[in-house]
Amino acid sequence: MQAVQIITYASVGIAIIAMLVKVFRYATAPEHMRWELYPVPHEKGKAEYGGSYLEELDWWTQERHKDTFNELKEMASEILLLKGVFHHNRTVWTWSLPFHGGLYLCVGWLVLLLIGGIMTAAGAAVGAGAGVIGQIVHYLTVFCGYAGLFLSGLGALGLFFWRLTDSDQRKFNSPMEYFNLVFFVAVAVVGLIAHLTLDPSFTALRAYVNSLVTAGAFNSPGMLFTVELVLMSLLIMYIPLTRMSHFVAKYFLYHSVRWNDTPNERGSKLEQRVLELLQMKVGWSAPHMHPGKSWGEAVTMDEKEANRE
Amino acid sequence: MSSHDLKPRDISKKTDQLVHIDPAELPKLPYPYDDWVDPVIEELSEAKKKKRDVSLDGVTNVDVPVPETDEEKEALVAKFLDGLRKLLSKENNWTFLQPLMLSLDNCVKCNTCSNACPIYNESGRIEAYRPLFRSDVLRRIVNKYLKPGGKLTAKFTGADIDLNWETVARLAQMSYRCTLCRRCAQTCPMGVDNGLLSREIRKLFSQELGIAPQELHADGTIKQLETGSSTGITPFALADLMEFMEEDITERTGLNIKMPFDKSDADILLIHNAGEFLSWPENIQAFAIIFEAAGLKWTMSSDLVGYDSVNYGLFYDDAQYVKVTLKHADIAKKLGVKKVVLGECGHASKSMMAIGDRTWLSESNIPRESAMVTLKDIVLNGKLKIDPERNNFPCTLHDPCNLTRAMGIIQPQREVLRKIAPQFREMTPHGVENYCCGGGSGFAIMQSHNFPQWRNMISGRRKFAQILNAFTREEIDPGVNKYVCAPCSNCKGQIRDMINYYDAWEKCHLQYGGLVEMVVNGMTDVPEGFIEWDDFH
Repeated sequence: MQAVQIITYASVGIAIIAMLVKVFRYATAPEHMRWELYPVPHEKGKAEYGGSYLEELDWWTQERHKDTFNELKEMASEILLLKGVFHHNRTVWTWSLPFHGGLYLCVGWLVLLLIGGIMTAAGAAVGAGAGVIGQIVHYLTVFCGYAGLFLSGLGALGLFFWRLTDSDQRKFNSPMEYFNLVFFVAVAVVGLIAHLTLDPSFTALRAYVNSLVTAGAFNSPGMLFTVELVLMSLLIMYIPLTRMSHFVAKYFLYHSVRWNDTPNERGSKLEQRVLELLQMKVGWSAPHMHPGKSWGEAVTMDEKEANRE
Repeated sequence: MSSHDLKPRDISKKTDQLVHIDPAELPKLPYPYDDWVDPVIEELSEAKKKKRDVSLDGVTNVDVPVPETDEEKEALVAKFLDGLRKLLSKENNWTFLQPLMLSLDNCVKCNTCSNACPIYNESGRIEAYRPLFRSDVLRRIVNKYLKPGGKLTAKFTGADIDLNWETVARLAQMSYRCTLCRRCAQTCPMGVDNGLLSREIRKLFSQELGIAPQELHADGTIKQLETGSSTGITPFALADLMEFMEEDITERTGLNIKMPFDKSDADILLIHNAGEFLSWPENIQAFAIIFEAAGLKWTMSSDLVGYDSVNYGLFYDDAQYVKVTLKHADIAKKLGVKKVVLGECGHASKSMMAIGDRTWLSESNIPRESAMVTLKDIVLNGKLKIDPERNNFPCTLHDPCNLTRAMGIIQPQREVLRKIAPQFREMTPHGVENYCCGGGSGFAIMQSHNFPQWRNMISGRRKFAQILNAFTREEIDPGVNKYVCAPCSNCKGQIRDMINYYDAWEKCHLQYGGLVEMVVNGMTDVPEGFIEWDDFH
């Protein structure tokens, strides 16, 4: 096994673990108080103006109609078109859209390479002269690869110069912000040159993925290609270790906080979870917090008595 | 260094005052305030400065005592760090841990939030008021001092802040330069919530260091839990006030209404912000007139805390907030009502219906409804006789952030106004995209030192401009009666203070009040003139 393969295995392994840790941390956080923010897109017939079920007389007697389609539509326009940035920060959107669009294509490219790698490992052909499926995988890989690398590199470059030249941004940027964008630009530039010169139809890259799937041998077509593999592997590992993996957090930010308007009902599981949380001990030091008591006790004490103590 | 060049790491600089507000740099106001120039913010006396830190901007609304020795300074910093650890622990902050972690971890520093913040923009873009500035200071402290290897990677990650007592004191002040309106969060492409972070900082100071604005804590939740109301109204005083209310209703309308208290057969428990009892009794009276005319079976409570829906804990302290809301829940349960209706108070509605929803547990989980919804049902279903011509004057609507952005109650109040006020017009923007009145998160009741001037000059400036822009030049004339409908006690307090500060009663004859006053003003079985145009209070 070659060093580059070990780097890729390690990178992917670390990335998966880091991502799982992140998801676990957010997903296992305790039930929190409601903190929704309107508009909430699943409010049927009300989302357009930011309304909620609380506008209804005796709302607790009404059946709640969730508009799942509108929520999905909102998610799609946010994920694919970056709707929020478009409306509120057009300068950023100009570069962020190609950057994110490019990244989506790159993810598709990697998936297609994996499919191609598995297909070739199973003995099926992938390429311009292969069968229908082999051709589809081939041409889609070529499209996603070049378009993805170009757009993500262009977007990252635009964002880099925006961060560099905008006086407001400069006050808040750290070296890490610049480094992250340069990293993306470097991967895109090296990847484009490596493939245009050494592997224009991604055959070698697919063979590399095949070697990873089968734990077999691999021959690099050139040094620049190997550099691309190393850079790309390191980027895959680096993303989940930084806030660039915000796509994970965004799910929770929207679904668990911003759009979480689930009302508490008597005897519900939600109520049960809150009752359990009230058993935890208070560790805050201010006297009115009644340190050492459980939350349930601390918030129900006779304050006059407690203050006299 | 100018107030516009500040970087997050400058927060720890040892200077007497980090930023200075220059009235000449504040955005211009619309007609007839084209030439208006605000006075320089009054400087605190040396004696006052010795007792409390004002090293952020020369203003204070939360008293952070100035330590006298280095040991005291170190102790303050150590305690702050302890609090920060607790803020990030499940046991101590289960109430908001997930939203806090998500907002701390995932800001991409795109600065989109800055354009949405009225305080930052109306201050002439002072860096220390920028939503990102405040949250980034907190984020950098967490990254440097609490994360493994934080100090080692500080230069690379930008966690370059020195945590000294100046940083701690200024962070406390900065958390009280935000009205928690959450307009910034609404525009954040990530969903990061700088308003939440401000509130979490406030919690840390209150729950660990015992530092909170006097109006919110000692004179707020503590007083409310002990005496029944943050206004100081005790159950005995309440009885006297009600007697006065009943007499006043008869005098003004000829109606004989007995204010119902502790009725065991009532369907509805109506809870008001007790500020209304003292400052706007006509609001309480109007509710009584409407509910009686509509034939509702309703009551109020004379129990301790039961007659005051205020819950200032919402703004700064989870325990205080839950203590108060549990009192409300117990009282509703005791009375056995079918529902609780919240009077015209945004934060009280949010505290009982949205945030507090998960603290009204088991048998105490009595349904709650906003008065906007109840009023819509009464007015639109013809339960009152209303002549809209009685309300034929220019009128605009202020949207309380807590009712709109935090609860999605947008249309009921508009539907009522469209039915009863022919000249109703919207502000721009409005509804869920509204601007805060400037008195949010407890600001409206903070009257100490030089803070009221800051509040009227800066945090309320955008709203004041919005109000003026809602009327034409002809309508702005003091000869024309005009009305700002603000269905929230705290918002009314802030609007009243702004009208006084900008002398808008004299210059524009700008009147303000709630929604119920307009409803009663239009009722044909009540004599004309419930809204008193020549009485500004």
